Amino acid sequence: MVAPMGVMKRVTMVFRAKANKALDRMEDPRETLDYSYQTQLELLQKVRRGVADVATSRKRVELQVNTLNQNAAKLDRQARDSLAAGREDLAREALTRKAGLQTQLEDLQTQYASLQSEEEKLTVASQRLQAKVDAFRTRKETIKATYTAAEAQTRINEAFTGISEEMGDVGLAIQRAEDKTAQMQARAGAIDELMASGALDDIVSGPHDDIQAELDRMGAGHGVDHELERMKAELAQGSAPRQIEGGLAGSGDGASAEPARAADPAQAGEPE
Amino acid sequence: MIVRILGEGQFEVPEAAAAELNELDGTLEAAVERNDDAAFRPALAALLARVRAVGSPTEADDLRPSELIIPQPDATMDEVHKLLTDEGLIPG
Repeated sequence: MVAPMGVMKRVTMVFRAKANKALDRMEDPRETLDYSYQTQLELLQKVRRGVADVATSRKRVELQVNTLNQNAAKLDRQARDSLAAGREDLAREALTRKAGLQTQLEDLQTQYASLQSEEEKLTVASQRLQAKVDAFRTRKETIKATYTAAEAQTRINEAFTGISEEMGDVGLAIQRAEDKTAQMQARAGAIDELMASGALDDIVSGPHDDIQAELDRMGAGHGVDHELERMKAELAQGSAPRQIEGGLAGSGDGASAEPARAADPAQAGEPE
Repeated sequence: MIVRILGEGQFEVPEAAAAELNELDGTLEAAVERNDDAAFRPALAALLARVRAVGSPTEADDLRPSELIIPQPDATMDEVHKLLTDEGLIPG
């Protein structure tokens, strides 16, 4: 068991120990400077790649969000069309599917926010590291020009420990970003696969876009019904007087106009 | 003295604040030792809030090492355990 000294001190000691180990490996302290500078440049490259990777993942999630949003809007439209046509069952089906999409959308939006935050953190970390690497380069040249190997030791130790701590911090930040990106990519991959396989289309619109098909059929059906009614009405007008006379015996001439009028309201009453 | 918040940067903190920070850190350490997640989160948040309140960010090109290092704000208990051993640090 470690004696109580606080989390802050213990974490600091771990960082220091790592810097000291690296320092001990060097024969000539000044050699440390050049070696460390190389490592710093490599880390800077790595952070920049990290920023780009996170941005790529973020854009991928953004595309998926857009696609799902379009699908949700389509289902919403279908629900309205269905309701307007008096088909509450279809409207309910469309809204149920939309609710399924909404859950996925919320999940994606959380992922998006998380990636955005990682991207910002890494960008800031990369700027901070860049400033320290620049400062280190200047310090390194001064130390090499001014001091002998023995004299340089203390100054090198300080600069090295400082930059090493920054590198440790940034290294951890990249690792966290990479872990998060890997998780997100796995989930984004799963959704892409859903989309590619058509399974998501099935969620959105059924195997053959059944809601739309039903709406279309109703639309077409409505046209046919309309046409039929019109034809019936036309026929009714032609034969009405005789039928009326038979049906309304003794009601007189005035009744002959009524059936034609009665057919019109019925036709107008059809749902549009 | 210089205090680093991982993932955030370094802060110049007045020496006078050391006792207070150590006390907050003691609470944090106790939570970490007990593996008490419910106590861990507020303890870390309190320590970070205090450092940000009394400290001012150092210049980005300041090469001085920190005297104290605090885990990142969203650190999990597991991540803190790793930070307390060198398995938490990337080699190199």
